[in-house]
Parts: sequence; C-alpha cells; structure tokens
Amino acid sequence: MAEGKPVGRRIVLGMIGLGAAGVVVGRSLQDAEQSVLGPLQNHDPTGITQLVPAGAAFRYYSVTGSTPERTRESYRLVVGGLVQRPSMFTLDDLERMPQTSLTRDFQCVTGWRVPDVAWSGVALPDLLDVVGVSRRARALSLSSFDGTYTESLTLDQARRRDVLVATRMLDGPVTADHGGPVRIYAAPMYGYKSLKWLGGIELTDAVVPGYWEVRGYDVDAWVGHSNGRDDAPV
Amino acid sequence: MLPSDHSDLPRFTRAERWAHRATGLLMGVCLVTAAVLYVGPLSVLVGRRDLIVGSHVAAGILLPVPMLVAWLSPAFRADVRELNRFVVVDRQWLAALRPHRRRPPDLAVGKFNAGQKIFAAFTVGAILVMFGTGLIMRYAQGWPVSLRTGATFVHDWLSFAVLVALTGHLWLALNDPIARLGMKTGRVPLGWAMAEHRGWARAHPDALTGPATGRAAGSSHEPAQGAVHRRGEH
Repeated sequence: MAEGKPVGRRIVLGMIGLGAAGVVVGRSLQDAEQSVLGPLQNHDPTGITQLVPAGAAFRYYSVTGSTPERTRESYRLVVGGLVQRPSMFTLDDLERMPQTSLTRDFQCVTGWRVPDVAWSGVALPDLLDVVGVSRRARALSLSSFDGTYTESLTLDQARRRDVLVATRMLDGPVTADHGGPVRIYAAPMYGYKSLKWLGGIELTDAVVPGYWEVRGYDVDAWVGHSNGRDDAPV
Repeated sequence: MLPSDHSDLPRFTRAERWAHRATGLLMGVCLVTAAVLYVGPLSVLVGRRDLIVGSHVAAGILLPVPMLVAWLSPAFRADVRELNRFVVVDRQWLAALRPHRRRPPDLAVGKFNAGQKIFAAFTVGAILVMFGTGLIMRYAQGWPVSLRTGATFVHDWLSFAVLVALTGHLWLALNDPIARLGMKTGRVPLGWAMAEHRGWARAHPDALTGPATGRAAGSSHEPAQGAVHRRGEH
C-alpha cells in the first residue's frame, strides 16, 4: 500500500535530525540561556523560572526519602576520629568562629552550574585547627544527618581555604532543601562533594569513598579534571 | 435501535492493544519519575534519587520494546504503514481544523486521521530521540562534555513537548469513550467508525454485512451509510 506520501517517516527522521543537531549545539544554546536566566533564578521566590530547563539553577538531590530537619537549637556537628579533642559544635558555636565568605559557582557533575553563589561559614582548616588533627590522620569522612549520605576529602583537600563548613548561602541561612542548617561547600570540586545536612566529620587514616563515589563518581572530584568532564574550574 | 448499534468492527488486535498498554505504562513511569527528578518540590517530597534515576532509566530503555515486539504482528505492521502514509483526505482533515472551518461530514477518513498520524510519528520520533540522548546522559563516560550537555538540553526540552502531546492524547481519549473502547476491547461500533473513520469503515467487508443489516443485504452500500447519517444527526 504505497499510496500517499510517507509523512510519518519524514517526521520521525526530522525529529532525529533535530535531536542530533540539538545535541551538537545544545551547549552553546544553554550557555546563552543560562547567562540570562541564572541570575534571575537564584532570587526567584515564585520558583517559576526553575521550570524552564536552563540548567542554571539549583536542583534538589537527596538520596533518602525525606529532607532531614534540624533546627538552630537541635543542630549538632560532631567531630571525632583521629583528632586531639573530639568536639561537638552547635550552630551558635560555628557562627562565633572566624567566618570566611566566598562568591563562587556551584558546578554539578550532571552539568548544571549556578553562577556566583555567595557562601559563608567556617573554613574547614579553621575547624580542623580547633579540634587538632592527629599525626596519623590522612583523610576526612563526612556524614550527613540524613543517615545515608557520606563524602570523603583527603586531609590536603580539607586544608584548602575554599572548603567551607557553610552556614550561609545565597544571602541567608542554608535552608533545609539546600542541606541546611549546615553543609559543606567544596568550591573546587563537583557538587556531590559539597555534602548536605552535615552531621559528622571523622578523621581517618585513609580515604573512605562516599555515597556517590561508591556509585561510580570519582573520589577526587576536581571541577574540570575528573569524571570525564572539562568544565571551567571553580 | 439503529442497525449500527448492533454491528461492530475489529479495530485493534490483541498484540496492538498490549503494545499500546505497555508503551503507555512505561511512558507513564518515565514521566512520573522525570517529574520527581526535575520538579524541585517533588524532589524534596520523594528524595531517593538513586532509586528514581534507576526506575527512569529502566523504563526508558524498555520503552521501545513493546513496539519492537509488536512488529512481529502483521496487523501492527499494516497499521504502521497506514500511519506513515498521508493521503489527500488527511490534508482535508487538517484543513478543517482551522478556525471557522467544519469538517465535511462525508470525509472518507481512513483507519487513522491526520492528527493520529502526526501524533504517532511524533511519539516514535520522541521515543527515539529520548532514548539516544538518555543513553548519552546515562552512560556519560567517553562522550565529550559538550555533547553530554547538548544531550541533556535536548532531553529536557523534548520532555516538555512530550508532556504537551501526551496531555492532548489523553484529553482526546477522555472525550471519546468509544475510541477508548476500541483500545480496550479491540472492537468499535460501526456507527462510530462511519462517523470518525468513514473510509476505513466502508472499506471493511463487515461494515456492509454486519449482523443487523444481514449478509443478504450486503451487496448495496446504502443501508449502512444511511443508518449512520441519521445517527450522526442526532
């Protein structure tokens, strides 16, 4: 039955062609889109701009069923393992320590990047100085109070001044959805290193791969030099 | 009782109905999990990112399977040929969609109208493009990052188009119980077929010799058509 024109086939082939072209030029289209929408999305209370697939806004990733909640009063950060003074910090404790502020991009390993996010909190090396790192310690094992999410940093990485125990983000407290009240911000690394809902830091004598690292992501998550990606470094 | 109420025509075989059901189910899983991954508040509500990603990828990879299996069925292949070919009637059918235009009542629409043909082609094209870009996103290692970003871009935008098209598909189905009956039981009443797919109904041997009209009267075209005309005017 060769009657009529094969319009259906043309539509299918046309879509495949468009799709392939989109894969090739999509990145530059998306960059253009992000430069317009990104700054809007960080401060959009309605959330409407989040529905536009621009990829320049934070997307919420949680590995457990519900967002864990800790209030200012109930929050505790437990630091232990190979340290001289195992300690527990309240949010007030953290806020009384010397504060470090950074304005840097947040780059997710899945591709989205939020430009110019304001972060502040305690630089991780400052916190390590307070507890005193034992000579045997080589790495940090970070754990979330969601009970599942974990991350790792080598001691050298944790001593960088652009790695924060963040208590503020986007000009306000870190919200629960963003991993508040306290999260890690590891500027030079992909987003999965910036552990959300920080509950514990344990100093260890070797790197213990974290939740996403066990699932195939690189343990050393340098932006632009890991996970097969070549994003501009943060 | 009008004769057309008694007789019905076979429209879809069992293989076709199962392919439709399975494709619909898998597409539903893809869309629901996509919403959970994509829409911030839903992500916050559901979490469990690993599981949701796994379900989304599994449903997406399985999505072409029902149609590939159905390809073994001659009836399915015949319908695909029919959907592929656009004839003069299809152009007239589309022209009648314009404002202030009415569809000529005697338009001899085939087994599928032009809208169904376009939707079918769009769906196949969309499934293939989503499949390809999804594979690039999922098995990201080895692909240049710009292509991965491009694939994400295409996957994101096409998902919106799919959502719109599918909403239209479901809306039309909701408003046509007999079309749904055809997909549920495989058979449609002759009256409906004559009103919606006149060319197909007329070409069908049973249309002229349905049980109510009797096989003896089947040599003339007039009785069945006349009955439908009256019915259509109610």
